[in-house]
Amino acid sequence: MSNQAVASRGNVEPGAAQAPALRSRPAAPASSRFAVGGGRHAAIKLASVAAFIALWQWLSSNHVDLKIITFANIPAPSDVAPAFLNLLESPKLAAHIGNSLWRVFAGFIAAAALGIGLGLIVGRSRWVADILMPPLEILRPIPGVAWIPVAILAFPSSEASMIFITFMGALFPVLLNTIHGVESVDPRLIATARSLGAKPLSIFLEVILPSATPSITTGLAIGMGTAWFCLVTAEMISGEFGIGYFTWESYSLQNYADILVGMVFIGAFGMLSSVFIKQAGRALTPWLATQEKQH
Amino acid sequence: MNAINEAISPDAGVAVGNIEINGVGIELGRGADRFEAVRNLDLDIPAGQFVCLLGPSGCGKSTLLGAIAGHIRATHGAVRLDGERINGPHPDRGLVFQHHTLFPWKKVIDNVAFGLKMKGVAKAERNKRALELIKLVGLGGFENRYPAQLSGGMQQRVEIARVLINHPRVLLMDEPFGALDALTRNMMQELLLEVWEKIRTTVVFVTHDIDEALFLADRVIVMTHRPGRLLADIPIGFPRPRNRDLLTAPEFVAIKRQCLHLLHGEHEQFKQADPLQRLSPLGPSLITETQVHLSE
Repeated sequence: MSNQAVASRGNVEPGAAQAPALRSRPAAPASSRFAVGGGRHAAIKLASVAAFIALWQWLSSNHVDLKIITFANIPAPSDVAPAFLNLLESPKLAAHIGNSLWRVFAGFIAAAALGIGLGLIVGRSRWVADILMPPLEILRPIPGVAWIPVAILAFPSSEASMIFITFMGALFPVLLNTIHGVESVDPRLIATARSLGAKPLSIFLEVILPSATPSITTGLAIGMGTAWFCLVTAEMISGEFGIGYFTWESYSLQNYADILVGMVFIGAFGMLSSVFIKQAGRALTPWLATQEKQH
Repeated sequence: MNAINEAISPDAGVAVGNIEINGVGIELGRGADRFEAVRNLDLDIPAGQFVCLLGPSGCGKSTLLGAIAGHIRATHGAVRLDGERINGPHPDRGLVFQHHTLFPWKKVIDNVAFGLKMKGVAKAERNKRALELIKLVGLGGFENRYPAQLSGGMQQRVEIARVLINHPRVLLMDEPFGALDALTRNMMQELLLEVWEKIRTTVVFVTHDIDEALFLADRVIVMTHRPGRLLADIPIGFPRPRNRDLLTAPEFVAIKRQCLHLLHGEHEQFKQADPLQRLSPLGPSLITETQVHLSE
C-alpha cells in the first residue's frame, strides 16, 4: 500500500505521544469530590457532618438562648429522627411527595420547553429579540415568589397557580442561558459548516444547538433549583398536599419536629433533582468530559 | 492507490480548479475604519498547481484567500473558479485555518464525514470514506477521539481530511501549520505533499515562512505590504518528491535569498507604519456577516 508510509510516520509524530490515552482514564464525574479523594478525606467529611448534627443536638437539647437567636423551641435531632420515621410509615407521605414532584416537573418542563425554544430563536434573530425581549426584560427582575398573589387571582385552580409559579421561577434561568449559549457560538464554526456545504437548518442542528448545549444544561440546573424554591413557597401559601404544605402545616399545628422533617425532604428532593439534571446534561455533552481531563 | 483515488474523487477525471483573479481590489471595514487590504491584483492559477502566497503580516494574503473561499466579497474585479464567478463559500473550495475549526462535539470520524452528511450520503458509506481519509492523513485508530483529545498537528490533519472528503477543486490553507512546533510543522509539510501527490487539487497556501513556501510550492507569489499587490511571481521548479535536503541545496538558497531581499525591502519601506492586526479570511465583521447570511 502506498499510504503505508504516511500512516506509519503519522503514528510517531511527537504530538501523538502527548495525546492523552482516553481508554486508560477512569470516568471521573466533577461531583466526585465527596466520593473519591481517599478514605481520609471521606472520613473528615463524615466527621464534619456528625459534628454539625452533634452541635445542633447540644444547642437544642440544652435550650441554648443566645438572645439574638434562641434554640429553646427548635426540635433536636433526637426528636426529628422519630418524626421522620413516622412520616416514612404514613400513607400521606406518597401524596405529599407525589404532588410536589408533579408540580415541580410540570412547571419545570413547561419552562424548559419555552425557555429553550424561545432562547434559540431570540439568540439567532435580532428581529425576534427586539420584539419579544423588552417585556421579558421588564418581568425578569420579579422573583417567581412575587407572582403568588397574581397567580391566585389569575388561575381558578390552586394547582395551576402553583405550577405557574414554579414555571416562572425556572423560566428565566433557562431562557437567559439558552440565549447566551446561542450568542456565544464560535462564528468560525458556522463559517466552516457553511463552506462544508451546510444549509441553515443543518447549521442550526449540527453547530448552534450542540454548541449551546452546555450553557442550556447550566440554565436547566439553575432553573431546577429555583423551581423547587418557588414551589415550596407556593405550597406553603396555597397547597393542600405537598412537601412545602406539610412543612407549613406542621408549624400551624405546632408539630415542630415535622417542620424539620419537611425541610429534610425539601433538601433531599432538591438535591436529587439537580443531580438528575446534571447527569442528563453530562450525557448530552460527552465531549466536555474529555476536555475537563486535559486540564 | 486506486482505492484511495476512488474514495476521494469518485467522479474525478475532469481537470478542474483553475483560479482566475482579475483586477481584484478588496476594501474591508466600515466608515472611518475602512481600509484597502488588496489592490488591483491579477493572478491566474492553473488547475492542479501548488501556489504559496508569501508576504509580510497584514499584507492582505489571508484576505485574498478569503475572497477565493467566498467568505469575503471583492470590492473591485472578480475571482473566478473554472470560469464561474465566486459569490459565496462552497464545498468545492475547502478552507483550512491556522487554528482548527473542528466541531468539538463531534468525534474525528464525524468531523471528517461532515461534508458527506451535508450531501445526504448514507451513514455507512460516509463513515467508510471518512475512515479511508483518516488513514490517508495518518490518523488511523484515532477516529473515535474528540478533537480536544488530539495534539495540534493531529487536529490539522483531521481538518485537512475533512476538507478533502468533499474532493474540492481548490484547497485553501491559511498558515495551517503556523501554530505548530518546528518538528511537527516539518512533518505536516511532508504529509501535505504526500497527500497532494495522490489528490492533485489546486492548492493556495498562505504563509510568511519562506522555507515553507519554497519547500511546498510550484510557484511562490510574493505580495507587497498593505494594500496587497503582486510583488513577484517566482516559479519553483524543484523536482518532486521533495525532501528536507532541498532546504540546503544552492538553488534553494539562491531563491530564498531573492525572497528575503524582496520581503526585506518591503519591511524597510514600511517599518514606520502602525503594526497591523492579523486579518482573518473570514473578514473583520465576521459575526454580523454570518448572522446576516443565516437570516437570509
